[in-house]
Amino acid sequence: MADVKKIATRDSYGATLVELGRIDKNIVVLDADLAGSTKSGMFGKEFPDRFFNCGIAEQNMIGVAAGLATMGLIPFVSTFAMFAACRPYEQIRNSVGYPHLNVKICASHGGISVGADGASHQCCEDFALMRTIPKMLVMCPSDDIEARQMVKAVHKYDGPCYIRFARSATPVYHDENYKFEIGKGEVVVDGADVAIIATGIVLPEAVKAAEILNSKGISARVINMGTIKPLDEELVIKAAKECGKIVTVEEHTIFGGLGEAVCGVLSENFPVPVKRIGINDVFGFSADADELMKHFGLCADNIADTTENFVKN
Amino acid sequence: MTHEEKKELELFAVDMREDILRSTTAAGSGHPGGSLSATDYLAYLYNKEINVDPKNPKKTDRDRFVLSKGHAAPALYSVLARKGFFPVEDLINLRKKNCYLQGHPSINHTPGIDMSTGSLGQGISAACGMAKGSKVLGLNINVYALLGDGEMAEGEVWEAVAFAAHYKLENLCIAVDVNGLQIDGKTSDVMNSEPLDKRFEAFGCKVIRINGHNFDEIENAFKFFHENKKGTQPTVILMNTIKGKGVSFMENEVGWHGKAAKPAECEKAIAELEIARKNILGC
Repeated sequence: MADVKKIATRDSYGATLVELGRIDKNIVVLDADLAGSTKSGMFGKEFPDRFFNCGIAEQNMIGVAAGLATMGLIPFVSTFAMFAACRPYEQIRNSVGYPHLNVKICASHGGISVGADGASHQCCEDFALMRTIPKMLVMCPSDDIEARQMVKAVHKYDGPCYIRFARSATPVYHDENYKFEIGKGEVVVDGADVAIIATGIVLPEAVKAAEILNSKGISARVINMGTIKPLDEELVIKAAKECGKIVTVEEHTIFGGLGEAVCGVLSENFPVPVKRIGINDVFGFSADADELMKHFGLCADNIADTTENFVKN
Repeated sequence: MTHEEKKELELFAVDMREDILRSTTAAGSGHPGGSLSATDYLAYLYNKEINVDPKNPKKTDRDRFVLSKGHAAPALYSVLARKGFFPVEDLINLRKKNCYLQGHPSINHTPGIDMSTGSLGQGISAACGMAKGSKVLGLNINVYALLGDGEMAEGEVWEAVAFAAHYKLENLCIAVDVNGLQIDGKTSDVMNSEPLDKRFEAFGCKVIRINGHNFDEIENAFKFFHENKKGTQPTVILMNTIKGKGVSFMENEVGWHGKAAKPAECEKAIAELEIARKNILGC
């Protein structure tokens, strides 16, 4: 995939916000002094009257967004995932989740691929935190095309949503014909020996891992799970029935994210062995994104090795 | 305000205090102390100041009220019921299973509630969002928020006050129920919040300090707000109040923050309110 175009999903977010802002005057955008990095600033540049920088005050930003939503406006709230999901968790729970307000929390710089900033900024807990809030949608796009469609889908949806975008430019995997639907996963590679379920920018790595596995005689199905909550249970159960073993891949702690969501569904419906690939009870550290992805087992080679061992044992 | 109007407000507030006591006693829990200190402000707000319609509680161009000190819900429920948002008889089911009167205000349960609150510090942020939103939408409405003085320790309050001043939310009227007590004791001992006037002024607000149990002063404070609306600064009304106001054995007693009166205590308190009622009526 070396010749494939690379785009950071945060850029996709910024561009789509501008596009939506032109057709819907009720969209307002908030940021907490990271508008240049989250790309919400693209909206701010074109629509300064509907863009509110809240300063470095994320808890208030969430509450302001909640108040704007009660007025019938559609607030998109952006900052880094660490400060969008972790710091104001309780504000999201009580001021957005409980009143079920139409606030779109769109975080950039999620996961370990944040890189050199180190563990303080590598948010690997956001899926887990957001999943616990009743009726909160939790999503993570795998590439530019999916990210754009996801932003448009949550714009149409009435209720609280959390989307995690990535800092790094990653391959554009999908083509323009791709149709994202909230709550629906996508089989991107078919296979029968094991199913690899991935969310976010690790998807292309999972696809490459399937190619490696294929060369070793292992037929791996690859599923793109853009929506972590509500999880596409049907697709997960079908994969368990047809493949017998499941591997989950996410740039997130193995606690409470995609892996445990999949385990939860399967243990209650069709128990099969599951291997969770993710950050295993440790903090990250400063390094290049690529080095970190490799270190934490999130590259194609690692995923293929882990899956091969899992299938054979 | 005429003498008669003031008398009506005083009687209305006595009725509210009776509702607060009866509903929390029936529930066996709740927060009478901070509800009683906020009663006179709410009585004035809903009778004289705020533009809301109980027949159309979601009307787009209504004023908004956020009870940031959400534990004073019994007082808010009383005033909403007495203004016709829902039946007064339902107040007795406060905090009970299947009742729409939750322990703290909930936007999706109760008519007339503009924001779910209860976790301190959060309501004022939502009020800022409403005030900002009304400007975006071109609505000419006022947004009122009531906070507690214990709540002043929440960092989010000051994030929100900075936002209100920065975005020139002159349509926002922040009231603080300064009753001087919080669960663990005197606010000055637990985490001092004074000098509140200087703190709010330093953040860029127009501040007035009043006796929160004097209707003339409350009226004057809202006049101050409407005068300020010609400018660009948010208004803050610091109301010196008495926790447990109106019930002799509750006044200034920290123990009544989050404890309901037992039935016999409730009757004793209501007997005092009856005397207050007669005094107002002059009989």
